[in-house]
Amino acid sequence: MTGEDLVSVIMSIEARAKPREKCAMPSAMIPVDALPGFMRSMRDDPRLSFDMLCTHTAVDWLGENRFELVYVLYSTKHRHYVTVSTSIPRDKPEASSVSSIWRIAEWQEREVYDLMGVLYSGHPDLRRMFLEDDWVGFPLRKDYKDTFMLGLPE
Amino acid sequence: MTDDGEDRKVTNAIDATVWQVKTLATRTLEAVPDSPWLVAGYLLLGIVAVASLVAGLGIVLIYAERKIAAHFQCRLGPMRVGWHGLLQTVADTIKLLLKEDIVPARADKLLHLMAPFLSLLATVLVLVVIPYSPTLQIADVNIGVLYVSAVGGFGILGILVAGWSSNNKWSLLGAMRAGAQIISYEISATIALLAVVLFSGSLQLSAVVLSQSQGWWIWRAHGIGFVAFMIFLIASVAEINRTPFDIAEGESELTGGFHTEYSGMRFAFFFLSEFVNMFVVAAITATLFLGGWMPFHIGNFHSLNAIMDLVPPVIWFLGKTSFLIFVIMWFRWTFPRMRVDQLMKLEWKILLPIGFVNLGAAAIAVLFNLYFFPSH
Amino acid sequence: MTTSPITLADRIAAAPADASSLATQEYFVNMGPQHPSTHGVLRLLVKLDGETVREVIPVVGYIHRGIEKMGEYLTYRKFIHLSDRLDYLSAITNNWVVCMAVEKAAGIETNDRIQTIRTLCAELQRIQSHQLWWGVFGMDLGAFTAFLYGFRDREMVTDIFEETTGARLTMNYIQPGGLMYDIHPDFVKGVKKFIEYFKPKLAEYEQLVSGNVIIQARLRGIGVMSSESAISLGTTGPVLRGSGVEYDLRKTEPYGVYSKVQFDVPVGRIGDCWDRYWVRMEEMRQSIRIIEQLIDNIPEGKHMMIKPTAKIKLPEGLSYSQAETARGILGVLIVSDGSDKPYRIHLRSPNFNNLWSVTAMGPGLRIADLVAILSSIDIVVPDIDR
Repeated sequence: MTGEDLVSVIMSIEARAKPREKCAMPSAMIPVDALPGFMRSMRDDPRLSFDMLCTHTAVDWLGENRFELVYVLYSTKHRHYVTVSTSIPRDKPEASSVSSIWRIAEWQEREVYDLMGVLYSGHPDLRRMFLEDDWVGFPLRKDYKDTFMLGLPE
Repeated sequence: MTDDGEDRKVTNAIDATVWQVKTLATRTLEAVPDSPWLVAGYLLLGIVAVASLVAGLGIVLIYAERKIAAHFQCRLGPMRVGWHGLLQTVADTIKLLLKEDIVPARADKLLHLMAPFLSLLATVLVLVVIPYSPTLQIADVNIGVLYVSAVGGFGILGILVAGWSSNNKWSLLGAMRAGAQIISYEISATIALLAVVLFSGSLQLSAVVLSQSQGWWIWRAHGIGFVAFMIFLIASVAEINRTPFDIAEGESELTGGFHTEYSGMRFAFFFLSEFVNMFVVAAITATLFLGGWMPFHIGNFHSLNAIMDLVPPVIWFLGKTSFLIFVIMWFRWTFPRMRVDQLMKLEWKILLPIGFVNLGAAAIAVLFNLYFFPSH
Repeated sequence: MTTSPITLADRIAAAPADASSLATQEYFVNMGPQHPSTHGVLRLLVKLDGETVREVIPVVGYIHRGIEKMGEYLTYRKFIHLSDRLDYLSAITNNWVVCMAVEKAAGIETNDRIQTIRTLCAELQRIQSHQLWWGVFGMDLGAFTAFLYGFRDREMVTDIFEETTGARLTMNYIQPGGLMYDIHPDFVKGVKKFIEYFKPKLAEYEQLVSGNVIIQARLRGIGVMSSESAISLGTTGPVLRGSGVEYDLRKTEPYGVYSKVQFDVPVGRIGDCWDRYWVRMEEMRQSIRIIEQLIDNIPEGKHMMIKPTAKIKLPEGLSYSQAETARGILGVLIVSDGSDKPYRIHLRSPNFNNLWSVTAMGPGLRIADLVAILSSIDIVVPDIDR
């Protein structure tokens, strides 16, 4: 399916979706409360059938005080990609988990929680992935500081 | 026929070559009425002989294993210590002697210290009864085969005690696997042994060797001997925990299995007992199936037999044992490891039924003289 | 309602108790971080009932170096050094993915010579990676000799790489706009010699390991993963293809010169360890086929299209590029704010996504099977942790 068709099908599922600006591949930006239902339709709708979650990550927009959650989806049946993003407020970073839809999301979301501090509701096993359980802070955030960070030489 | 005083002879009819079997035990008992110093001398000689055999075997076999492994793997092996690495094992022994002896904090200390010696004990006890040549045997018990089977099975104790006392789940797993494996494969090994006992008519090891003066049981007993040989070899390799049956130490799964927590000289004892065990297994197989020190005779072809007799018996024994040791090492560097349930299946569902059928066939063959050059 | 985070201790306590009728005691064993079979610093908490595995809990992070965080402070060219160190057995392919992303977004053109050489190097890297995998696979199953045979044959490829790129492991060869250096004059000759040497070796590998009855008994029917599971668990590469899903980026979205060469994509049937093993052996053959088609026809041209000191700035926005490494699909997601350093660079690592399938395949099998499964998934731990 071509990019424009894809976007139009997505907008027919979720009216509030709009393409993400400055993205080279077909994309959709949705509000966070639409996330669980929308993702389920992305997988189950036969025109889309995005059965593989390629990757999930978060971008810290410090200046705009938000996190952007990015999901890259792929369909093995129709062989098309889409990037879904959603914004969540930086001081209350919560979203629902999609681990019941794609099993790999369980661990990709754990990584985002570990490094960015996003809390996922409905996640079966939300604990840190790479850092120790008692680590304080979320390193990938733009304002993260700890005692052993070195500054870049100018 | 007991072991005190009576020499056994067998004659090759035409040219009257006589094999006169005389063991150290016989000599000692003969010397008892004459001279206590001679008795003491013989006993000391026996002890020194066994100790040096164990040490010597360790040095030679460990070096041989490393070189054979290396050549199988297209590399050279030890080359630096001594000419072509001949002194490598000596260097390793010195290193192990100097290592710190670690006992894990919450391990059962007495058992942990005792386990390697238990392992070596079983091996040495069997070394004592092997006939190396007609005049080189320490003791020739009249229930030799039974003794070998019973005492050889003693080795499992060392492994179980090591695994249990280490206070380490991996060691325990390794020990439990070894326990199950060894006691299962002992059965098949014993059934195969019994076939040879039927053919040779005696449990005494020197008598078994002498009975092969017309030909070795591996070929003289038709296929029955060969099948028994294969079963015994496979079961014995399983008994000594060598690949493909080395689940007990399973390097890539259990790190070290039952000997994970051992270091220094006590680890060396486990290592040594594995190699001396290999020698013992090869020696027993050679004795029972390949004639031991008996040269290669074919029935009554006297000229051939006479030529074969020119090579001293101890060379025959060492040659056969070395060949079997090489085959066992070959197995290790070629085959992958079997999983524990596959291993058990091999024993209980495959080797044991074949062994029983083979035993029945052996009984029939002996009853009706259905083997080459029957004894009567 | 949000979930509150838990710790590892909570997770262990929550592991479901076995409902068997025999009263046996289950226990946890730690495989790793130092263990001969976990292929790196990976820790597996295995809940055992005797020899049977009830649950596998991988614990990762022992080699987490913060590559994504570091990337935010480095220019794109400097980041390529870091990409080598992810899955170091596919170093050149890792370089290529980052370069693909940068070239696509910044609009840098390359020529046929560059793409052909990149494809050749990637296929040589694939063979080299699979040779190491085969050796380690044999060693994990107890056939120690396989390890040395695999490494012996791998040395020829390593020597070719060392001649051309200067390094044996972390090549840092493919740069945005071309290659770091042109290929060595002996490159074509060396590769041809390697191909001639290696083809009979593959037959030897089959004889030594694949045909062995013990190997067959240990691999067939072990660790079966259905294609739906495989897709849902996010696996890619030979793990996914072993489960019957024909998804190879070199065919579906060709990059480099893959669209101009003929090769097949091996796909397994039931998704057991044997299928994954067989897929990788076949991939080695297909890689040889690709190399043979390309090695004599390297077009002439420049090896670097932009000045090595030129500043590379990506336009603002989000871009995502992927390539097929030996282990699966490596993806690079770059969010740029218009400067010469990425605002956020995320690596979709194949090994991270492949590892978790062991939690689905492990339960119900034995420890020895767990080792075989882990080997057949073929993970490189630094790629998991980044």
